[in-house]
Amino acid sequence: MCLALPGEIVERREGALPMALVRFGTVRREVCLAYVPDAAIGDWVIVHVGFAIQRLDETEARRTLALLASADDSLTDSGTTDTARDPEAR
Amino acid sequence: MTDDSRDSHGALEAPSLDCPVPFGAYERITLAHGSGGRLAARLVHDVFVTAFDTPELRAAHDAATLAFEGRLAVTTDAFTVSPLFFPGGDLGSLAVHGTVNDLACAGAEPLAMTVAFVLEEGLELSVLSKLVRSLADAARAAGIRVVAGDTKVVERGRGDGVYVACTGLGRVLRPLAPIAPDAIEPGLAILVSGPLGDHGTAVLLARDPRGVEVELVSDAASVWPLARTLLDANVALRCLRDPTRGGLVAVAHELAGTAHTFVLDEASIPVRPEVADVCELLGLDPLHVASEGRLVAFVEAHDADRALALWHASGATDAAIVGTVHPRDVAPVVLRTRLGSTRVLDLPAGEPMPRIC
Amino acid sequence: MKHVDEWRDPTLLRALADRIAREATRSWTLLEVCGGQTHAFVRFGLLELLPPTITMVHGPGCPVCVTPLEVLERARQIALRPEVILCTYGDMLRVPGVHGDLLSARADGADVRIVSSPLEALDLARRSPDRVVVFLAVGFETTAPTTAALIELADREAITNLQVLAAHVRVPPALDALFAPTATANTNVNVNVNANANANTDDTAQTPSDTNARIDGLLAAGHVCTIEGADVYAPLSERFGIPIVVTGFEPVDLLRGVLVCVRRLERGDAGVENAYTRIVRPEGNPLARAAVDRVFAVADVPWRGFGVLPGGGLAIRERFAAHDATRRFALPLVGGTDEPIREPTSCRAADVLRGRLRPLDCPELGGRCTPETPLGAPMVSSEGACAAYFSRRSAHT
Repeated sequence: MCLALPGEIVERREGALPMALVRFGTVRREVCLAYVPDAAIGDWVIVHVGFAIQRLDETEARRTLALLASADDSLTDSGTTDTARDPEAR
Repeated sequence: MTDDSRDSHGALEAPSLDCPVPFGAYERITLAHGSGGRLAARLVHDVFVTAFDTPELRAAHDAATLAFEGRLAVTTDAFTVSPLFFPGGDLGSLAVHGTVNDLACAGAEPLAMTVAFVLEEGLELSVLSKLVRSLADAARAAGIRVVAGDTKVVERGRGDGVYVACTGLGRVLRPLAPIAPDAIEPGLAILVSGPLGDHGTAVLLARDPRGVEVELVSDAASVWPLARTLLDANVALRCLRDPTRGGLVAVAHELAGTAHTFVLDEASIPVRPEVADVCELLGLDPLHVASEGRLVAFVEAHDADRALALWHASGATDAAIVGTVHPRDVAPVVLRTRLGSTRVLDLPAGEPMPRIC
Repeated sequence: MKHVDEWRDPTLLRALADRIAREATRSWTLLEVCGGQTHAFVRFGLLELLPPTITMVHGPGCPVCVTPLEVLERARQIALRPEVILCTYGDMLRVPGVHGDLLSARADGADVRIVSSPLEALDLARRSPDRVVVFLAVGFETTAPTTAALIELADREAITNLQVLAAHVRVPPALDALFAPTATANTNVNVNVNANANANTDDTAQTPSDTNARIDGLLAAGHVCTIEGADVYAPLSERFGIPIVVTGFEPVDLLRGVLVCVRRLERGDAGVENAYTRIVRPEGNPLARAAVDRVFAVADVPWRGFGVLPGGGLAIRERFAAHDATRRFALPLVGGTDEPIREPTSCRAADVLRGRLRPLDCPELGGRCTPETPLGAPMVSSEGACAAYFSRRSAHT
């Protein structure tokens, strides 16, 4: 659990619940924004069973990929949030 | 897909439809149309014979007689699809393409076919008419003649609208060099003629769009020209198959049997981005999804590049070599993934379903 | 697809696999909690990229596998009523119940439809006022908020013909059951408790008490944590002294998760680490959690194969009783009692889900139990441990 895909918001639509048209590659589909109500056009969200459950942080994604691609071996210490060891990270 | 108005079977309202069936009181099929009486006779004549317009049907015999020389290929298929009309085709054209393609896989030039319709009481005559015209048009384009037919009517609730069963006849082009599953052996190259999964995905979405917007059309078409291209050029061809229900994986399982392992290369298998994306979204595997206008060819390794070049030159620009046949290892079908790993491709137990997990 | 393809990069994967092989100086056994992770391991052939020092054990996080027989039976009985349209996710269609699965219920005349979102069920209810649309709501903490939204909307718009058969489950109680002495275990299946795997009480790293293999670390489900936040695993990590790494579901995410976990293990560290930072926030999604709290109450529910797990699931609150299918259809269960139903087959799912039995060691695997003829849910589910092992078994010479 659980199949969720990242998509880009291309249009906002109002209704009984806040909705959006989201683009997944070449496909578009209507998605409910009830749980990410402030998401804007151009934002990326992760979608599970037709609902956006969180925004995707593109900066963080880029940063992580760059870290992984580099020969940097301290991937753990600078690349992830360690909630148990670093209270500031909460 | 735009928001056109559709009737109850998904057919688009055509701009100016010349309905060939001015039946007066009846707009729908009733049990009377199947009873053999006057209504039935008019149905057969006005809808079917007029559309197919072949000498055999006009002769109105109980059976067509055909002159024939050579080796005969025969195939039979029953066709059912929901919805009846989908982007890129309908039950009528599908019946023709399915029949012609089975003949093509035997290396046979399509000659003649029969059509037996089972109609549900309540089916709109306009729907039937559109389907029959589509069938007729597809048959003409594919060079196959409809020479015999039958119609039955069943009570409402038992027919899902329309079913069609067809028998196809063809002439085997190279009778002395038969192409067949038992001609498969280790070392052969496996080719596909184009992107996989267009038909199944298009039909799935046509049946239930689930709010998905995508540009996607069924690939249903006659594959005889593709087969003919290889046969005419005397390609060292061993077997042909069209990857319909169950997709490439089903075909591979069937043909690998107990003696072989087919190793497929994921990166080489052509799949349209639209199909890949819809499948990703719904949790389906494109390799399990049907195509109705593609060929899988098993060609001797030394001739594989030539076969591919011939297909490319004939317009099948996405054709590709996707794998090789090996002696049986452990599983019938194995995939070398893009990531460099290997995994077994199992036959799905049933119809692939959208998943959430 | 952007934000997907980059996380399937073969070069990155090979580099990660190399690092794992170099840095694991001894054998480690990791459990990936979530069925979605299991499915990804299989789909991308990732298990083969791991070095022999790393063993992956597939965990109980497969909602399809753990949906109790009672729920399946209820769903089936409800679906057979002529006024009902039962909506379900495709995953549930072929899970074997007592009298067959929901697919065979269709053959018996039930109107069962596959949906890929709860809102499709609502739409259907609006369009079919003369029918009762019953939505079979399965899934973990990731999915529960979506069902909550469905129920709240149906309530607001008074769509009384929309009913929900709720079968949502929660992950932490299942993990507690895996790692703690299981006094609560209450299954009807024959269970082999491994007498050798005793908890070593003066050790900070506790051996799971009823597993055959020691589990050294966990890969936790990133999408559950998207809702709950990563901290939800901190108590478990502390109590049992194991590292828990929150991962995404793409190949790079999973191998990275393994690497991060291995590094902690090599250092002797426990703790929770978020390796899915592009999605998981420390606070999770409070809006989603609030909706779940409004609609559901935490409840003791049976997990198929585990018995009743305290706090293991969610029940619809009284406030929303009008949409609770169990109240609308007060059905006696099989045998006319509320006793848990016996597993009808020799399926050992109970042991598999607890990590007590490796699917490869199950005598039925590949024989009487195959994906076409499944004895139990873990073989049916595309992310079930048994289906995963069945796939692997045929791949290796």
